[in-house]
Amino acid sequence: MASERIVIIGAGPAGVRAAQILVAAGIHPIILDEAPMCGGQIYRQQPPVLQRDYSELYGFEAPKAKRLHDTFESLRGSVDYRSDCLVWNLEQKNLHILHAGNSETISVDRLILATGAMDRILPFTGWTLPGVFTLGGAQIAFKSQACAIGRRTVFLGSSPLLPYIAYQYAKAGAEVVAVLDTTARAAKIRALPGLLSGGMTFIKGLYFMAWLRTHNIKYEYGVTPGEALGDQNVEGLRYTDQRGNQQMLECDAIAFGYGLRSEMQLADLAGCDFRFDPVSCNWCLALDGHGRTSVRDIYAAGDGATILGADAAELSGARAAHALLGDLNLGSQDTALGRLNQELDRMNIFRSALERAFAYPHHLAKAIPDSCIVCRCEGVTAGEIRSAVHELGADDINRAKAFCRVGMGRCQGRVCGPATEGIMAAVLNRDQATLGRFRTQAPVKPVPMACVWEKPPEDIVL
Amino acid sequence: MTRQIAVDVAIIGGGTAGCAAALNLAKKGMSVALFEQKTVGSQASGVNFGGVRQHGRDLRELPLSLRSNEIWTDLPRLIGNDCEFVRTGHLKLAFNEAEMAVLEQFADDTRDLKLDIELFGRNALHKRFGWLDKTVFGASLCSSDGQANPRLVAPYFARAARAAGAHIHEHETVTGATKNGADFCLETRSGKSVHSATLLNVAGAWAERIAGWFGDFAPLQPRGPNMQVSEPLPYRLNVSIGAVGGGVYARQIPRGNLIFGGGYGWTDRDKIRARAVVENGREATKRMVTILPWTQDIQVIRTWSGIEGFLPDGIPVIGPSKTTPGLFHAFGFCGHGFQLGPVVGEILAELAMEGRSVISLDNFSIQRFST
Amino acid sequence: MSTSQFHRLGSPDRSRVRITIDGHAHECLVGDTLLTAMLTAVRHLRISECDGKPRAGFCLMGVCQDCWVTLAGGQRLRACTTEVKQGMAIDTTAKFDHGI
Repeated sequence: MASERIVIIGAGPAGVRAAQILVAAGIHPIILDEAPMCGGQIYRQQPPVLQRDYSELYGFEAPKAKRLHDTFESLRGSVDYRSDCLVWNLEQKNLHILHAGNSETISVDRLILATGAMDRILPFTGWTLPGVFTLGGAQIAFKSQACAIGRRTVFLGSSPLLPYIAYQYAKAGAEVVAVLDTTARAAKIRALPGLLSGGMTFIKGLYFMAWLRTHNIKYEYGVTPGEALGDQNVEGLRYTDQRGNQQMLECDAIAFGYGLRSEMQLADLAGCDFRFDPVSCNWCLALDGHGRTSVRDIYAAGDGATILGADAAELSGARAAHALLGDLNLGSQDTALGRLNQELDRMNIFRSALERAFAYPHHLAKAIPDSCIVCRCEGVTAGEIRSAVHELGADDINRAKAFCRVGMGRCQGRVCGPATEGIMAAVLNRDQATLGRFRTQAPVKPVPMACVWEKPPEDIVL
Repeated sequence: MTRQIAVDVAIIGGGTAGCAAALNLAKKGMSVALFEQKTVGSQASGVNFGGVRQHGRDLRELPLSLRSNEIWTDLPRLIGNDCEFVRTGHLKLAFNEAEMAVLEQFADDTRDLKLDIELFGRNALHKRFGWLDKTVFGASLCSSDGQANPRLVAPYFARAARAAGAHIHEHETVTGATKNGADFCLETRSGKSVHSATLLNVAGAWAERIAGWFGDFAPLQPRGPNMQVSEPLPYRLNVSIGAVGGGVYARQIPRGNLIFGGGYGWTDRDKIRARAVVENGREATKRMVTILPWTQDIQVIRTWSGIEGFLPDGIPVIGPSKTTPGLFHAFGFCGHGFQLGPVVGEILAELAMEGRSVISLDNFSIQRFST
Repeated sequence: MSTSQFHRLGSPDRSRVRITIDGHAHECLVGDTLLTAMLTAVRHLRISECDGKPRAGFCLMGVCQDCWVTLAGGQRLRACTTEVKQGMAIDTTAKFDHGI
């Protein structure tokens, strides 16, 4: 059993904690990660040449970031860690990976997917202009590159990250023009009882809001995005305030996002089942209570399975590893699994409240103008998606993809998927869950033709 | 709850041929009900390469192919959309003298058919198509061929058929069919009971099972193409290309993506699932880079497959059942049925209404597989 | 209006790296991604093949694929996940002349 080849994909909070549990049980997993250093996006590390200290990069989360990075360092001798490594396809139990321009095939016995998440967005006119980035992107520019995405930045959307990143920017000396929250203040107040269960996490959130207020940074609730203005790049943002008045702000950068969505393309290629979570309005991996997917020998953890945040990702990473150990008959894992699930249940209560306090504004999809580009890869507009429904009867998003190319480009619908679902749900007057999700087709990210498809596969022996 | 439907013609299969048959019949005033287990054009008709080609076909198919070529030009009038059909020409490549002889033979055999074929030796070829690698020995260009977007064709035929009065039922699997007296009786998964005077079996890779319900036999094998597409590139491949003996084929659409294929994917006919297989694509890709060296650095952004029906002699079954009057088959297009879809729809309508077609179908009889 | 998109938030001493963008020389810093290197010099990375408009990337974490750039030699790189190297020559003007 110990000779089984176990692979973890992703070295963020979930992947690292999964590895830690496996190593403690005497297993030496392979860890494949796209980034050059561990940490995932949330605890992403700066290039060593940038010598800012932890508190500057991660604020209150600095101790957690440090612990995760240190844990991973301590595992290095016991794991086969491959950074800068893209897993671009999964066929049965073979992983096709791309590293430094070379392709390899690795066969695996068991797999833990800890593939993380990306920003979820809904387009508005002008969002493809240079200067409009995701909230997560704005944070990465800061954390890993010591840059602000512009000189005058507007933060827009609905996400716990919204006040946090604005705070990080302002604290680092960047000009924050305004923070525009699409959730109404009343919704936040309604979510308060659940938010209180978050304890310190909630208090930290309050702190960012208070900090922004005391530094005279405009924080508006209940806004509706209008248009990013400018011809060649962002020169301003038009929006509607909570009283319904048109407003305009001058800025040269906009960071926006509506929470996160899972990166689950590999799970899709593996044939795993998914479910639609109506609270977060997100597709999630269908897991049993212990992190097993519907496909035998494939486990999943972290935001790549369900959006629950970094703390929960660490727990669910550990949980998946314990489930795997149990399946290998390496002793009963019941105590550990029970404890982890108790903690995860507690976090779930907080997360549900968070989803209401920073609600996904699904109503905005209906209002996306026909002329607005939705699929930025293929340049497909909202009007073209609506035509695919009206003219050819597209009744799920893969049909719309077939008819008008939405989601067919380089990113395979990661960016435009939620918007397409929302637009079609509005046109068809149906529940978003009934429209399906974009089917994944290999490669999960673009791969160069010559180096990938030409080379014979070579299996790597540990 | 059983719902009774009575129509002149029932059609099983919503590929291009089935939808085109529905359109032709509805336009002639027949009542038509078509049943598609998934969505129209979601398998062979919709996932194929998109080549609209007469060039290099089995000579027995050419009469059909020539007539279909006329219909392709007429799509805007017929179904209200051109389905991105462009008459770009099809260039078939030869890598040695023997392969060149195959191209010369085809040009010879089709001399009287006005296919507009032009043969190129090495020098002329490279002068005309500078983007080809110099190792290509020669080629044959068929200027009357073209390419189209396969994802649109069956859906637009279905849309036109609906507008003409045909009933197109999607997500509706026919679970069984019999003939009782003069009438066919079909049962569907959702509980519909369908009676018709005529039954058209155009169920693609699933059609031999339906034929089997009536004692007709065809040794059909399901297979899927192994398709890949690149990110958009500057437009230069202004013809569709193929090679003698198959192996690799490619075209570029004006928006820039290079679509290419070769080899077969993985298919599961029962679960109706298919995908490209990396291993099976390597050879085609290697040849692509050889033929088009500028593709060396390009990024592949997507791969796909779908389920097509193949027969051992490489040509389809089209025509009446051996056992059952009023039943007509058209399936087993062996991966090259896209161009033929519109004409097969026309022929099936003729068969349903008059019992025979203008174009001879002798070569395509299902009886050829009976021993 | 500024000529660059990104704005550095202080930078300790780092070695300089020289690149060219459409033939113009620019200086960036060791540790920059190609995206950072370009956007601290100019305001776009490429011209979209769909609408002919400039693009400057979007997610910065390797998922949206909006920041693929072309080097003068034709090599394609995803700017947000590629470390900048001395002497890189980027061509943001690669033409997509549609039509036949």
